[in-house]
Amino acid sequence: MSISTRNVSKRFGAFTALDDVSIDIESGSLTALVGPSGSGKSTLLRVIAGLDVADAGTVRIDEHDATHLPPQRRGVGFVFQHYAPFKHLTVYENVAFGLRVRKTPRSDVRARVAELLDLVHLEKFASRYPSQLSGGQRQRMALARALAVRPRVLLLDEPFGALDAQVRHELRLWLRRLHDEMHVTTVIVTHDQEEAMEVADEIVVLRDGRVQQVGSPDDVYDCPANDWVMSFLGPVTEFDGQLVRPHELELTTVPDDDALAAWVVRVTRVGFETRVEVDVDGKPVYAQLARDAAHLLRLAPGARVYLRHASGRAARDTPKVR
Amino acid sequence: MVSIEVPAVAAQKTPIRGKYLLRVVALGYLALLLLLPMALLCYRAFGHGLGALWSSFTTSEARSAVVVTLIVAGCAVALNTVFGVGAAILLVRRSFPGRRILDVLVDIPQAVSPIVVGLALILVYGKFGIVGGWLERHGIQLIFSLPGIVLATAFVSLPLVVRAVAPVLAELGDEQEQAARTLGASAWHTFRRVTLPSIRDALVYGVVLALARSLGEYGAVTVVSGRVVGKTLTMTLLIDDRLQNFDQQAAYSMAVLLALLAVGALLISRRLQSRARRLV
Amino acid sequence: MSRRRNSARRAGQGTGIGVGLATLYLSLLVLLPLGAVAWKAQSGGLAHAWGQVTAPQPWAALKMTLAVSVVVTLINVITGTLIAWVLVRDDFAGKRAVELLIDLPFALPTIVAGLVLLSLYGPTSPLHVDIAFTRLAIGLALLFVTLPFVVRTVQPVLMELDRDMESAAALLGASGLAVVRRVVLPNLLPAMLTGAGLAFGRAIGEFGSVSLLSGNLPFHTEVSAVNIYNQIQSDNPVGAAAQSTMLLAIAAVVLLALGLYRRRASRG
Repeated sequence: MSISTRNVSKRFGAFTALDDVSIDIESGSLTALVGPSGSGKSTLLRVIAGLDVADAGTVRIDEHDATHLPPQRRGVGFVFQHYAPFKHLTVYENVAFGLRVRKTPRSDVRARVAELLDLVHLEKFASRYPSQLSGGQRQRMALARALAVRPRVLLLDEPFGALDAQVRHELRLWLRRLHDEMHVTTVIVTHDQEEAMEVADEIVVLRDGRVQQVGSPDDVYDCPANDWVMSFLGPVTEFDGQLVRPHELELTTVPDDDALAAWVVRVTRVGFETRVEVDVDGKPVYAQLARDAAHLLRLAPGARVYLRHASGRAARDTPKVR
Repeated sequence: MVSIEVPAVAAQKTPIRGKYLLRVVALGYLALLLLLPMALLCYRAFGHGLGALWSSFTTSEARSAVVVTLIVAGCAVALNTVFGVGAAILLVRRSFPGRRILDVLVDIPQAVSPIVVGLALILVYGKFGIVGGWLERHGIQLIFSLPGIVLATAFVSLPLVVRAVAPVLAELGDEQEQAARTLGASAWHTFRRVTLPSIRDALVYGVVLALARSLGEYGAVTVVSGRVVGKTLTMTLLIDDRLQNFDQQAAYSMAVLLALLAVGALLISRRLQSRARRLV
Repeated sequence: MSRRRNSARRAGQGTGIGVGLATLYLSLLVLLPLGAVAWKAQSGGLAHAWGQVTAPQPWAALKMTLAVSVVVTLINVITGTLIAWVLVRDDFAGKRAVELLIDLPFALPTIVAGLVLLSLYGPTSPLHVDIAFTRLAIGLALLFVTLPFVVRTVQPVLMELDRDMESAAALLGASGLAVVRRVVLPNLLPAMLTGAGLAFGRAIGEFGSVSLLSGNLPFHTEVSAVNIYNQIQSDNPVGAAAQSTMLLAIAAVVLLALGLYRRRASRG
């Protein structure tokens, strides 16, 4: 079930949340909407869901114009950042809610709820209340609840934002596996670019309500459409008037005509990487080396080094523009 | 760049028609029950002109009623303020056997009918009461005299200061007080210089509520008062007295005065409430 | 969202004296007098006390008071929730004035409340609506004085309600009405019950406003509080005490029952 938006704009008073946003989401894909706070990603998701109404533009779900459909009728499943559990209902009743609203016969409800609780590994918690669950469990319940009514599209608004790093990581992978099994068109909003790259087939980068770039994780990382996208999606450093990735810089202690001379300012070891801050004509540049490589060079503050951009290619290739 | 995602307002759930219907019903109900009667009161009170209004205030009865009421309210509120702050600190900051019982006891006055309050006080402090009898023998009269009215008024306004101060104390936490103690301040010093200023707005809010309640008590006072003009006739009792004597103008005038005081108290307490909350 | 800083409670300096003084004050002012009422009620024997309560006139007053109070409480649950909804979810010119007005019955003397209602709905009514000396008048007076209770207990809960819950319900297919029925109201129920309990307790004991409006006609529009007052005036303290104890007991039972039900109803 595909989704597409055309020229969607939305303002809240003087604040422009979305500015002429047009995107296409392929049926069965897992797409991530990425951007900093205020970029409009959550607003876009809510417009697709029908929770907010766009000032201008159209939303199509599966080739039907859904722009003016109320959320009840869009066939959309939604998972909120803070889970939005029905506090007064048990886990079972939470998951069964959508089915009960549709007056599904009791036996069918029981079967479907059992199936879903099994899927999210909450079978033993059916008669508990959300307040008795951990954050991760609540989110799994929210997911089961959304999936219970077999939505055509699954939308997740920063679903793991309120969880611990460890739990976040586990659920992220679990979601990807779930998607691979179920193939429901999924759109996930996140401000964590690492999460987006790890989980999504396709990434939509948003800034200040406008689409900056659309592409696969590799596309947007290796061929960013502009400097901002490049710095948002990964570490950058300015070298020779261009923005490059620190790990693309080669460092030697041997003078080289092609390379720029620099003084080492600081050497920091972070896990398996070594970050070297150098001074090139008064400007700071950061290079990133594997630990062994750095060790071999025996770098120390004050040492003379020579910097070159790897492969000699331009810092940015022509990006694939949609 | 805006650093927080502007919270999106959910789409209309109740259709526009439904929203206006609810609003009309709610406001209509309030108008018929509250607004119109109050408006009529003002109209009737000011109806004969400000001159008539003023002259009903300046009768000796009215003036002495005001004085009596102010004295009674002042004493009752003073008592309940001391009790209120003390009880709030005990309930929030201290642990002791029976703390939960104290918590429940403080709320009891709200559930007691004013007439029962009067009866209860007469039974203990009246001429033939347990305490009253003993006092009577020593020449002290409580019931049918000013102290009795103070007791009745204190009874009904008891919870108000406690319930205004306690939540604020709880939300503030005792870190500031702990800091003061580590700096060497004594308990009393800590209380005066740290605790009291931090609850100032909540305290004034509670006092204003208690004052409004005390000025307006009728049922309990009607039982314990001898209605002696200049001694035990309060403003509310005066209204009753004037009505019974078919002096509508005087009754309306005093009623309007009390209503204005009530509205004034509400305005002040609202402002204090929002200020007290902002400090937390 | 309030940040409650949990400070450990300690038995600090002066706790003992403080508790002692507080207990003394409460005892002298509240406990002893109320105890005296119960004691006086049974001072002529329990049978006599019961006889005082069930004598024709007091019994009629009690039945009528309870009946009207129940009806008024039910009306308040509906109107109170409705008003709270409008105050929280709607916006219109003059809303702040309305907010203030809601609290007026708390601050207004009961006799002024009675006078105010009497002038609009009594013999001198400019609207020519005269319900003085009727049971309707009692209901009206009680509606006035109990107005704020349900509104003020429901309002904060409604404000804190997770709007995402309602959005989630809508996305799962629930219509606007179904969302209110299945999600909003169940979460408001504990607060509604609390407000109802407070309103009921206030209603059964009301004196000032009712006595002015109802005419206090025996067997017809005389409420329990008025009957008790008359017993005091006619020097029948036992009868007055017996009925008072009855009222206190009823209030206590209702508050306890609602408290228990509320604890069951509020989870999560």
